[in-house]
Amino acid sequence: MTTKQISVFLENRPGTLAEFCKVLQKNNIDMRAMCVADAMDFGIARVIVDNVYDTVTVLKDEGYVCQITKVLTVEMEDRPGALSEILALLGEQNINLEYTYAFLTREKDKAYLVIKVADNAAAADILKKNGVKVICQDELEKIFGD
Amino acid sequence: MSKYFSPEKETASREQIVEWQNAGLVDCVKRVWDNVPYYRKKMEKKGVTPDDIKGIEDLHKLPFLTKDDLRDAYPYGLLARPLSDCVRIHSTSGTTGRRVVAFYTQNDIDLWDECCARALTAAGATEEDVVQVSYGYGLFTGGFGLNGGSHKVGCLTLPMSSGNTDRQIQFMTDLGATVLCCTPSYAAYLGESIHERGVRDKIRLKAGIFGAEAWTEEMRRDIEETLGIKAYDIYGLTEISGPGVAFECENQDGMHINEDYFIVEVIDPKTGEVLPDGEKGELVFTAFAKEAFPLLRYRTKDICILSREKCSCGRTFVKMTKPLGRSDDMLIVKGVNVFPSQIETVLLNHGYAANYQIIVDRHKNSDSLEVRVEMTPEMFSDELSKVSAKERELVAGLKSMLGIHADVKLVAPKSIVRSEGKAVRVIDKRNLYKG
Repeated sequence: MTTKQISVFLENRPGTLAEFCKVLQKNNIDMRAMCVADAMDFGIARVIVDNVYDTVTVLKDEGYVCQITKVLTVEMEDRPGALSEILALLGEQNINLEYTYAFLTREKDKAYLVIKVADNAAAADILKKNGVKVICQDELEKIFGD
Repeated sequence: MSKYFSPEKETASREQIVEWQNAGLVDCVKRVWDNVPYYRKKMEKKGVTPDDIKGIEDLHKLPFLTKDDLRDAYPYGLLARPLSDCVRIHSTSGTTGRRVVAFYTQNDIDLWDECCARALTAAGATEEDVVQVSYGYGLFTGGFGLNGGSHKVGCLTLPMSSGNTDRQIQFMTDLGATVLCCTPSYAAYLGESIHERGVRDKIRLKAGIFGAEAWTEEMRRDIEETLGIKAYDIYGLTEISGPGVAFECENQDGMHINEDYFIVEVIDPKTGEVLPDGEKGELVFTAFAKEAFPLLRYRTKDICILSREKCSCGRTFVKMTKPLGRSDDMLIVKGVNVFPSQIETVLLNHGYAANYQIIVDRHKNSDSLEVRVEMTPEMFSDELSKVSAKERELVAGLKSMLGIHADVKLVAPKSIVRSEGKAVRVIDKRNLYKG
């Protein structure tokens, strides 16, 4: 029901994100989605990649502090209003979003939304009950594999 | 009005000064031998008895005293008089929680006031002056020391203590303060604030006595220009009595040590060997005149040079340079003593590895302290707010340990520069010790 995202600590100085991406490139890791959150003096890069465990091994070898975070990924139609409908479902049930970001794949007319909430199961239940497709890790890898 | 507070002391002949020191030392050694088992044990260990000490030429036979001794002996172990004879304590920040406490009899306070009165007089203060004391009052010696000196000279004394800049400036203008006493960084800050408020023409200051932290000649010129004053340096340690152990005269090129109360030596910090005048080494003081808390050969860890060249001010007391460095790793930030080990303790207390680096800098004459901490898996979270919360906990922990604010900056693992495998713990960008 959940998908795996890698969260990585990055220092806040010029070039850190470039260095990080270079590590992925060197190891032939395909990044599918990314979002960077920044505090005053540091940032957290959150990435969805094609091979989670290999990537974590590579990053740890390179000295990065990172962790795997379980997030929800939902499929939505690529049309105006689709996002607001999904978010409204969660809002009505008083579910707080810690963060969210979206990505597109080669799949036509579809967009994907990554959601981080405190209680994945509860949020997934609400979404599923309302007919929203929540993607599991296997399905995500299949989408990327196409 | 004399330019000296105690001319018969401050301009005494070398023979006279040595005579005072010989008599004072012999008396002091006997007093601690009789009254302080801690000293007696130290002397016995070195095979010295009071009979071996006939004068200052025998000083080198005595064991050194260090801050560790003062901590070991906390609180009463070095007390040479009954507590009932003591009237006050002062205290200095220690490394890991253990403080150093110094005791004063009324005579010790008088002696200290005398030292500060000489410093104020050398800076041009007379009973016509209004002295604004903006050092902290409390366990810290700055406020009470200059306060006592100012009383002794007969100046009108404004016991402002530190902080509350608005009130400082209001009293400075309304009561026409002519002499300011505080840390040099606070003087610089006050100067800026006065300009910002556009009240520069209402200030009547003519002199300032600034100590408790290292400052450069550049900073002196800056303060002198901003406030329109002459800025004088002053030296002292709580252990030895407080500010006033040494003070600058009108020549502003070194501080005269009050040799009728203190014997000074400069030693090689590694070997402990006494160095001749003019050589750079660690300052060692013997405070023979104090009753409650006399010190024999106390190592200050301050690196200085002594000069016995004749001073045109007429004072015959030896002069010391501004401290040129430290023989330990202590930093003075915003006038507060900071040891890297204190920062390490805070990190360990919070469950983190001690991978850190301290960056000290000075902008617009104000110190900043930044502690860079290497990120660890234990500290990391996917949520920004959780990492920030841990960062804030560290800031609070540092504040409580050091007494001053330190910025915490989280950096990538293994990013702290290591030189020959050993991490560089301190980067001081202030260039305070340019010699």
